[in-house]
Amino acid sequence: MGAEGEHIKALIPDFEKNYPGIKVKSQMIPWTAAQEKLITAYASGNLPDIFQLGNTWVPQFVALGAIENLNEFIKNSDQINQENYFKGIWDTNLIDSTIYGIPWYIDTRVLFYRTDILKEAGFSLPPKTWDELYEVSRRIKELFKGQEKYAIYLPTNEWAPFVIFGLQAHSTLLKDNNSFGNFSGQNFKRAFEFLIRFHKEKLAPLGISQVTNVYQAFADAYFSMYISGPWNVREFKKWMTGELADKWMTAPLPGPDVKTPGVSLAGGSSLVISEKSRNKDAAWQFCEYLSLPQVQIQFYRLVSDLPAVKAAWKDSTLQNDPYMKAFYQQFQYVVATPKITEWEQIAFSKIQQYAEMAARGAMTPDEALKSLDEDVNRILEKRRWLLSKNH
Amino acid sequence: MRTRISTAYFFLAPALTAIFLFFFIPVIAAFLISFTDFDIYSLGNFSNARFIGLRNYLNLFQDPLFWQALKNTFYFVIVAGPLSIAVSLGAAMLLNSRLVKFKGIFRLTYFIPVVTTLVAVAIVWRFIYHPRFGILNYMLGFIGINPIDWLGNPDWAMPAIILMAVWKNFGYNMIIFIAGLQNIPEYLYEAAVVEGANAWQKFKNITIPMLAPTTLFVSIITMIGFFQLFAEPYVMTQGGPLNRTLSIVQYMYQEGFRWWNMGYSAAIAFILFFIIFLGTLIQFRVQKSSEI
Repeated sequence: MGAEGEHIKALIPDFEKNYPGIKVKSQMIPWTAAQEKLITAYASGNLPDIFQLGNTWVPQFVALGAIENLNEFIKNSDQINQENYFKGIWDTNLIDSTIYGIPWYIDTRVLFYRTDILKEAGFSLPPKTWDELYEVSRRIKELFKGQEKYAIYLPTNEWAPFVIFGLQAHSTLLKDNNSFGNFSGQNFKRAFEFLIRFHKEKLAPLGISQVTNVYQAFADAYFSMYISGPWNVREFKKWMTGELADKWMTAPLPGPDVKTPGVSLAGGSSLVISEKSRNKDAAWQFCEYLSLPQVQIQFYRLVSDLPAVKAAWKDSTLQNDPYMKAFYQQFQYVVATPKITEWEQIAFSKIQQYAEMAARGAMTPDEALKSLDEDVNRILEKRRWLLSKNH
Repeated sequence: MRTRISTAYFFLAPALTAIFLFFFIPVIAAFLISFTDFDIYSLGNFSNARFIGLRNYLNLFQDPLFWQALKNTFYFVIVAGPLSIAVSLGAAMLLNSRLVKFKGIFRLTYFIPVVTTLVAVAIVWRFIYHPRFGILNYMLGFIGINPIDWLGNPDWAMPAIILMAVWKNFGYNMIIFIAGLQNIPEYLYEAAVVEGANAWQKFKNITIPMLAPTTLFVSIITMIGFFQLFAEPYVMTQGGPLNRTLSIVQYMYQEGFRWWNMGYSAAIAFILFFIIFLGTLIQFRVQKSSEI
């Protein structure tokens, strides 16, 4: 998909040389149309032997019965092994004790921050706790008194921070075997109210229309902190040039208190094998090849996608990049979002919708979370029916 | 006679087959699906679909987001429709006037937005509407109006979309109106001048009645097109802020192709069909009664 689909071509000749019996044909599809394309390909029986799936899509393809159980392949493999991967990432592919995908490249969200402005606000180190995050935000706002500038960018059309802080507050997000919403529960409410306060106190810009270009806005110090993923590192490097080049850094996310490390999301893409494929063994060999540390690092150099295999992180390209350190630390503390088909709809449509309601003051946080749970429960009705049917 | 009919059917057969296969069958299938809870689970295994009668339709009537989308769409059609037709007619009359020179250039200029890719247009308009750097707020600043967050303010987002949609689409109707205007015989106006009619009387008593069939066509086409509002908010606001620019078609698309709730989505489609059908019927009636 996208850049990955374009650059994987460079890796194929080497594979075909090592496995003379196998020929690989690759097809690139754009990210924006990927899910739709793959699901329609499934419906018409045209899925490729092996393909990439965003790891939050794995549950949907399992529900479809479209992808192969890989437990046996892993048992017989002397190369692919759970120990080689970050625990939280591996876990995203595990559904009911079956592994359906092998992590290919990974991502998570960390804190991007302006070192110069945090220093000016009296913080020589990035915030480590929620309290510090709030405190530094207030001081940054104070610093730019009278100007239209903000401390942190928390757009309500990104569900991730809301879910991350919820997970940090030990919310389960859903309950009863993921068949009901648990957003109005104590824990999620604490996180939600914490984040909404940034909007209410104008520490974060409310609309998304003010920021047409996050990189420009970060360079202008329109905001000084942003929770985002590795895909933005290269872009920020491009925009933060000249004097600004050493004025920003990445850091692991702050946690709820000093003792608890701040967890983040286990993201990235997995390699999966089509259930209907007639070349499963060849597909698995290709999957093994793509999981070799040296191939993973080669792929990182081509596309900047972070390697899933831990051994690849020892490579100097990654070791010498100061922005990557925070990611490596964060990967030790990543967790999966609920592994159910409906999660995408819950996150993208419902969490964002009610976060916006609360941030704009159209609803109180209590009302927003209550309505969120009602909507989520309606979405999960089908899941409850299927669970009761299969018992 | 008989052979002539069967010959006709023979020649019609390819077209009819295509229409039947690619239009009627999908429509019937969608209609049936709208009575089920067909979704991603059912795609994997048909036994996971339930026949639920009218529940999709009943749920829709209790879905606040559906009502919001319906309200937004009507807002758009009722404001943007007449506005767009008025602007088209105005532009057509200007271009049809004998006083205007370089008609070709103007006609081309007004028509360019129609053929420009919407995504490119949207990017430009997002800059125009930008609360801090946008030229619109800059110009409003000269007459002492404070900056407005056009696309970020729940009350202004829809007017902003309407303005852009009218600008983008009026050129098409304008061309049709120009054709209509050119079909009005010149002697009618000459006779009116002899009778001492002023410009407004000529417009009211000659142009409007003579353009009636054109106007009916244009308004039906515009209404149908505008009820299917999708691309403008999809690229400009994604339906926000606070879902105030979410349109019916966009909601249908989201439910169907993002969340794979095909049954629910099909139900939305049929309600939209019904609304457009009703709207067209009303326009025909109005037209008929005004003819008498």
